[in-house]
Amino acid sequence: MSGGGGGRAPRAGVGLRRRRRRAGRDVFGTLILAVAAVTVLVPFAAVFLAAIQPTDTLVPTLSWPKEPHWENFAEAWTSARFGALMRSSAVIALGVVPIAGLCATLAGYALAVLKLPASGLLFALFVAGLALPYEAIVIPLYFDLKPFGILNTYWAVILPLVGAFMPFGIAWMRAHFQSIPVSISEAAQIDGAGPLATFFRVMLPTARPALTTLGLLYFLWAWNQFLLALILIRDPARRTAPTGLGTFVQQYGQNVPLLCAGTLLIITPVVLLFLFFQRHFISGLLQGAVK
Amino acid sequence: MTTAPVATGVRRVSLRDAAGAAGGRRPPSPGRRRPEGATASEVGRARRKAVGIGLGFLAPAAAFYLLFVILPWLHSIQISFYDWDGVGEGTWAGLRNYAKVFSEPALVDALTNAVGFILFYTVVPVLLGLILAQIIAARRRRGEGVLRTILFLPQILPLVAVGTVFRYLYGQDGPINQVLTWIGLGGAKRAWLGDFSTAYVAVGIVGTWVTTGLCTVLMLAGIQKIDPELYEAARLDGAGKAAEFRYITAPGLRREVVVASMITMVSALASFDVVYATTMGGPGSVTMVPGVMIYQLVFMANRVGVACALATVLSAFTLCLVAALNRLGRER
Repeated sequence: MSGGGGGRAPRAGVGLRRRRRRAGRDVFGTLILAVAAVTVLVPFAAVFLAAIQPTDTLVPTLSWPKEPHWENFAEAWTSARFGALMRSSAVIALGVVPIAGLCATLAGYALAVLKLPASGLLFALFVAGLALPYEAIVIPLYFDLKPFGILNTYWAVILPLVGAFMPFGIAWMRAHFQSIPVSISEAAQIDGAGPLATFFRVMLPTARPALTTLGLLYFLWAWNQFLLALILIRDPARRTAPTGLGTFVQQYGQNVPLLCAGTLLIITPVVLLFLFFQRHFISGLLQGAVK
Repeated sequence: MTTAPVATGVRRVSLRDAAGAAGGRRPPSPGRRRPEGATASEVGRARRKAVGIGLGFLAPAAAFYLLFVILPWLHSIQISFYDWDGVGEGTWAGLRNYAKVFSEPALVDALTNAVGFILFYTVVPVLLGLILAQIIAARRRRGEGVLRTILFLPQILPLVAVGTVFRYLYGQDGPINQVLTWIGLGGAKRAWLGDFSTAYVAVGIVGTWVTTGLCTVLMLAGIQKIDPELYEAARLDGAGKAAEFRYITAPGLRREVVVASMITMVSALASFDVVYATTMGGPGSVTMVPGVMIYQLVFMANRVGVACALATVLSAFTLCLVAALNRLGRER
């Protein structure tokens, strides 16, 4: 917006003054953006500095230690069991992603393309779930899953998460299939493809980018899930990374270097995924919301 | 409306129209045009087959959703009308649990605190997002991508980890107090999360830290969708920056503001992770939120009925709020 105006030819003095004012605004803007970026990054820097202090440090300072204790990360991985915690999270996330992705794709296709009675109403029922807090379902899940013997197993989190992830996934995949021109599936049908062949051979291949985004978001949300994992897996041996961290912080909050090392360990996978696939994450979270 | 597919052509059309009216735009149906040479009954059979396949496609998702979301939710509502300790038989309590939700101080605090967090999770981030997005959009320079990545980062982190980080930052001897000492404000040092007067704001700021980036990126995308010619025209008419914002940017971003509010309000009302990792609701119940309260009611106090009543109030409130916002976003 401040980039325009070059075409006009005001008197020299006015132009100079305006340019100077614009430069001032630019510096001010840069400053604000720099402050915003630093505000996001500084907490990580502080945590990183704390993570490489000697583990007997009671009060880590904001300074580079004389000798960085890189072995804190290894210790957090093994003796503080963050490796095992992350394995649990990985099992759950990798269980949720294919099941939820498949269900959401099929249902999204059904609601977008196949002629279902009352598909609008069905869709509204699914979408309502987007606003339902986990608090509303976690207590009955705890008591109702007990008799089936899946409480304290990974399934106790995988199955409810697949259900809870349906609203977003169905809305996402439905929007994708609606964006595919009807003429494409019509052409397939005229060529003699039945509804199943049309889906698997023609429509499914178009869904690859949308599915990639969905899979990444599902992985992220499953990895980060806290409330369900905390309540439905109470067995310390199967704790996930977030719930492990949550209990660690309550019990060993004083061992700041190890706690900080563990924190950095459990955020590493999602940060790496985000950095590699940020376009997917940002567009998924923004468009998914707007649609 | 979810009855079995109907056989007669007339009814089928009316059903489909009803569904179309409920669901908004749908593409013209490929089956409506009859392939040459096909008889009416063949078309009907094909369409019934398509409906069958459609229901088959929908079934797995519907089953998961029904079994693990809808039924638990309904069960939670049912439990909320009973006195139940989680082990034996429950006894009918009528609306007594709801009366407690609105009268017991800790429970009332949990709800009002969650609503108050909307200021930190929604209002401040949306305003900050508007400002930051304006600045970024006005520059269109190198670094926009990197900036967006950095600002968006908090949004993808596990919130427990964020809480843990801030618990360290806010600590009695933590970095914030160290910086205060360095710059000569050692007198202001305190345990920010343990102090009755600062804990709530301190926890709220964590929420602002998390959601501001999302709001900024959302607003930025919205601004970049606004037709630049509108600004050209406004400038030719002699409109100032304030008028530009008032008449072009703000109306153009209406939808983005509503969406950002919706997402962040839902997370404000369900702010469990951050509070669990930082304060557990303390000191007293200054930072208590429904999630932590529910956890304590179920696992420490064995008051499952009251916990379910609180959860039901929370979910009803969230659903109403989202529905209202949704309507606001549709109106023009």
